[in-house]
This record gives sequence, structure tokens and C-alpha cells, in this order.
Amino acid sequence: MSELTLERGLAAFRAEIDGPVAAFFSSCVHCGLCAQACPFYLETGDPKYTPILKLEPLRLVWESQFTLWGRLKRLLGLTPKVTDAMLAEWEGLLYDSCTMCGRCSMVCPVGNDIYAMIRKAREGMVQSGHAPEGLIAAAVRAINTGSPMGLKWKTLAVQIKHVEESTGLQVPVDKEGVEYLVLLSSMEVINFPEYLEAITRIFDHAGVTWTLSTECFEATNAGIQIGNKDIAARLVERVVAAAERLAVSNVISPECGHAYTAIRWEGPNLIGRPYPFQVYHIIEVLDALRSAGRIHTEGKESDRLSMHDPCNLARKSGVIAEQRRLMDLVADNFVDLKEHGRFQWCCGAGGGVSSNERAEPLRMAAFRRKKAQIEEVAPERMVTMCATCRTQLEEGLEEFNMDIPVVGLTEMLAEHLVEQPRTPTEAQPEA
Amino acid sequence: MNGSMEFLLWTKGPMFDIALIVFALGLMARLAEIFLLGRAPNYAAPRGKEWHRGLRTLFTRNFPDPGTFQRAPFNVLVGWIWHLGFLVILLFFVPHVELAKGVLGIGWPTLPNPVIDLITGVTLVALIATLVHRLTHPVKRRISTSEDYLVWTLVFLVVLTGYLAYHRLVEPYPLVLGMHILSAELFLIALPFTKLTHIFTAFIARWYNGATFGRKGVQS
Repeated sequence: MSELTLERGLAAFRAEIDGPVAAFFSSCVHCGLCAQACPFYLETGDPKYTPILKLEPLRLVWESQFTLWGRLKRLLGLTPKVTDAMLAEWEGLLYDSCTMCGRCSMVCPVGNDIYAMIRKAREGMVQSGHAPEGLIAAAVRAINTGSPMGLKWKTLAVQIKHVEESTGLQVPVDKEGVEYLVLLSSMEVINFPEYLEAITRIFDHAGVTWTLSTECFEATNAGIQIGNKDIAARLVERVVAAAERLAVSNVISPECGHAYTAIRWEGPNLIGRPYPFQVYHIIEVLDALRSAGRIHTEGKESDRLSMHDPCNLARKSGVIAEQRRLMDLVADNFVDLKEHGRFQWCCGAGGGVSSNERAEPLRMAAFRRKKAQIEEVAPERMVTMCATCRTQLEEGLEEFNMDIPVVGLTEMLAEHLVEQPRTPTEAQPEA
Repeated sequence: MNGSMEFLLWTKGPMFDIALIVFALGLMARLAEIFLLGRAPNYAAPRGKEWHRGLRTLFTRNFPDPGTFQRAPFNVLVGWIWHLGFLVILLFFVPHVELAKGVLGIGWPTLPNPVIDLITGVTLVALIATLVHRLTHPVKRRISTSEDYLVWTLVFLVVLTGYLAYHRLVEPYPLVLGMHILSAELFLIALPFTKLTHIFTAFIARWYNGATFGRKGVQS
């Protein structure tokens, strides 16, 4: 890779400035309300974590090079320059204290889409050589091995064998022409192997044809977290190539938030063309199967359950009602956190924060907001549908000695499947 | 007295024209800066309606979500009060509507002077409250720039001089009326080059925000 320099960083900032960015910076009145939406500000009380302030380097580039008055000011030497020292200082603000959860974008009274600009600003940070070590390492591993955690197919193959032994079912691999290509996240494979077993059971039950691909099983995108379009596009291309080779009509993103937004919303724009297939989060697929009457459950969880909406799934993708309909299917005593859905609070680990070791104290600080929310409704267990959120909830709850187990919604659903699948004609149509 | 009359005529004549021209050209430049940049094509299959949701956000962003209101009631309420006050005075005070009739050729109903007077008093107090808040709240103090204080001064002067003129608190009258008109003109001149542009661009920003989220099936 050619050398990363301030000049390249500034060029990347310039390339990211579009009409919306110009409208957003033109409109900011410094009211400070975005700080009230940010768990990093609220839980530390440090005003440097005010979301709009994290964008100061990008704003300076916009002002001095994209506005009439700013150009004039620059000629007169009145505008401060973006320097390496400034970017070094802002690295912590743009990466360690932002999960790109998007809550500030929902709250800003003038309508600034702040998180989208954070995503853009990170492009310039990478090009200027100011990205965190942990994220660089994850991106390099993703490019070299296909997985940000360096996980290889043979590890997954062992897991597949275990799943086949315990379920008596076959896990389809490299099957052409099936309905769904299933992607996984490395964190899921390592921390939550029950997910693969759950979908194997559910898809068999519902009569869904699906496959894994040896060519590409990883759904996460380290390029998007660090903020590098080239890396992100290469990772998306791998998924597209695998899906095209197997001629599937749908690709399923796993219980991982950013993987879904990466492939669902950014992916086609990264590769510059629409996909020849549809992309769904596993929760969307399960809810569609439920509404088609293809999932039959028995019994319900009776303990008090609450739910954490992953930012990427709920606020940033509109998947909000689906997980609640699925919960209704299997839970009797479900209570929502007070602020949920599009106004949920981030767990504190997304957007690359969990891959950035340096950010750990901040990650735990931001979690305190989630903790307070959970304490408010006092559930016996938490349910979620993102491996990063789940890991963070587990770690955080343990840190605060709260004995609240965290479960994935897909596996909870799998536990309630009726043993003998009915044929579609017997299915009771649902409302 | 003569000097003050000349001053008033200057603010109503040449200065008024200058202010309008700078405002119009500056605003057009700012809007061009935004729209010429445009947006890259979006190839992701939509989940919801972009235009419809974008337009809804124009309206819905006037109101904070309940949680934000609970966390920052002072910020929200004081902001609301002075914005509304400023708008009502601007649009419904008799001389302002007369001015609109003169310039645009159309008029509309007005509010009685005592009502405008009361609203002006409330607006002035609310504006002082925003300044105190800006100087004392850690977030606002940290993110504020000299431009924020300049713009505050301009807005405050417009309302204050209007109040002084209405109550004849400065003599001679043409001087204080001229000061009011001049501050309004400075406000217009500054508008396209400062955060005052949000008067126009906030609606563009809200649309982009609503459209981006709306495309993903979320009402922002």
C-alpha cells in the first residue's frame, strides 16, 4: 500500500463531501442537543464527546473549500488548517467514542445525519494514517483470511460436523440454486455456535432450501467499520461472487448488526451496481416464514424477558416490528425497554469500538446507559439479535454483577419448534 | 434631528437595496453549493418511500422525541419560545405587514400591538436565557464559536431595537427606527454566510435525513 499522508486524508475528506454534508454543516446552530443522544457524552459528561464536534476536521475542509465565504476566509488566512496533530487528536473522537449508532441523527433538530458523516470522516482518517491499531489489524485479517478474526473454513467445518451430529440434519454446503445463501459472522461462529444449529433446525422445519459457501461465509465488513471503501468493496465482492456462483435468489445476513447494514445498504453502492439477489437479516426471514405459516411453535418462555434492538437493525434498517412478532410467538412475559426501536440506546460496542482495544474503558462507560435501561424494567433475561451486542451485554452485565443471561432470538425460536413439521396444507393461516 | 432623518432614509433606501442584494446572491450561492454537489446514485433496493418520509421529517423535526425533551427541557423550550416569538413578531406586527405590502404587494391579517409587545418581551427574555445557557452549559460552551455570539448579537439587536422603537425609548424616533431597520439588514446580510442559513438549509437537511432513513423504512 502506498504511504498514508495528510494530503491523502484531506483528499478523502473532500471526496466524501456531497450535497447532504453541505446542507448539514450549513444548518448546524450549535444547540448541543446531539450530545443528549450520545451515550459516550451522557455517561462520561465530557463535552468533547458531543457528536457534531467529532466532525470538526470534515467541517473545516467543507467550510474552507466548499463555501464562498470559507474560501475567502482561507485566502485571508482566517481558517485554521486541518493538521496531522488535529487528526491524531480526533482519532479518539471519531473511533473510540462513536459506535455510529445513529441516535444523534434521529435527534438533531435541524436534521443533520451526523452518524453518516462520521462514517464519511473515517475515510479521511484511514487515508491520513489515523485509524486505530485494532481496526487496522481486523481489516488486514479480513482481506487476507476472509475473516476479521482470522477464522478459517476448517474451524467452521468442525462446527458443521457437531451441528450435524446433534441435529441429525445435513448442513448444506455449496449447494447451487437454493433459496438462501446463509452468511455467518466470525464472532458468532466462535462465541455463539448455537446460532448455526438453530437455523439448521428452523430451515428444515420450514422446508427452506439453503446453503453455506466455502468460498465466502463471513458477513461482517471490517472495511466499513474502519472506513475504507476499497477494503469494504472487496469484502462485499466476495459475498456477491459466492451468491452469483451458487445462483441463489436471497442472501441472509446473520445476527450481526453492521454486517447487515454493510451488505444491505452500503454494499451495492460500494460495488456500483444493484445485486441480482435480495438481502435479508435472519430476523426478517424468520418473520416472513412466520407470517407465511411455515413456522409452528409450541410452549412459551414464561420468565420476564426484555429485548435489546441492535442499532444497525432497528434505527438504521427499520427492522423493529419483526423481532417483536417473533417474541410474541415464543414469550409470554415480554416487556420492552422504555426507549426502544428507532430510539433504542446503543450497547456501546458497535461501529468498530469492540475491535479497538484502546476504547475498552469508553465502551464500558457507554454500556452504563444500557445497564440503566435494563435495570428500569428488571428482566430475568435479555434477548437480542446481534453477536456484537450480545457479547457486549454479557460482558457489561457481568462487569456490574448483574445475573441476567443474554440469548439470541433465533436460537430461542428454534427451541420452541414443533417436533414434527406439518405439511404446508395443514398450516393454519395466521392473521 | 436632521442627521437622524437622513440615517433613517439611508437605511430605508440604499442600505435596504444592498442588504437585499447581498442576501439574495449569497443565499443563491449557498443553495448552489449544496445542490450542485448532489448525491451519488443509490443502488440498494429501497425498503420505504424516500420522498414521502423526507417531507414528513420536515415537519416532525420541529418536535423532539419524548426522551430528548426530558433530558434537555430547557434547551428545547427556550429554543421553541424565541423561534416562535421571533416568527410571530416578524409576520404579524402591523408595520411589518405594511412593509410586505409595499415590497411584495400582498398583505395578511395582523396581531394587536399589545400582543406583539408582550411576545417581544418574552422573546427578549428567552434570547437572554439562550445566551446564559450557551455560556454556562458545558456542551454549548465547548462547541460555541465567535460566530455563535455574533449571530446571537444580531438576532438580539433586531428584537431589542424593535422594542425600543415601539416604546419610543430612544430619541429621536427616526434614529431608533433606523437602528432597527439597519440591524434587520445586517441580519439579512449575515444570513447566507453564517449559521443563520439554517433558516433555509435546515429544511434541505431534514429532507435528506428523512429520505435517507425513509429509504431504509425508518421514519426519522
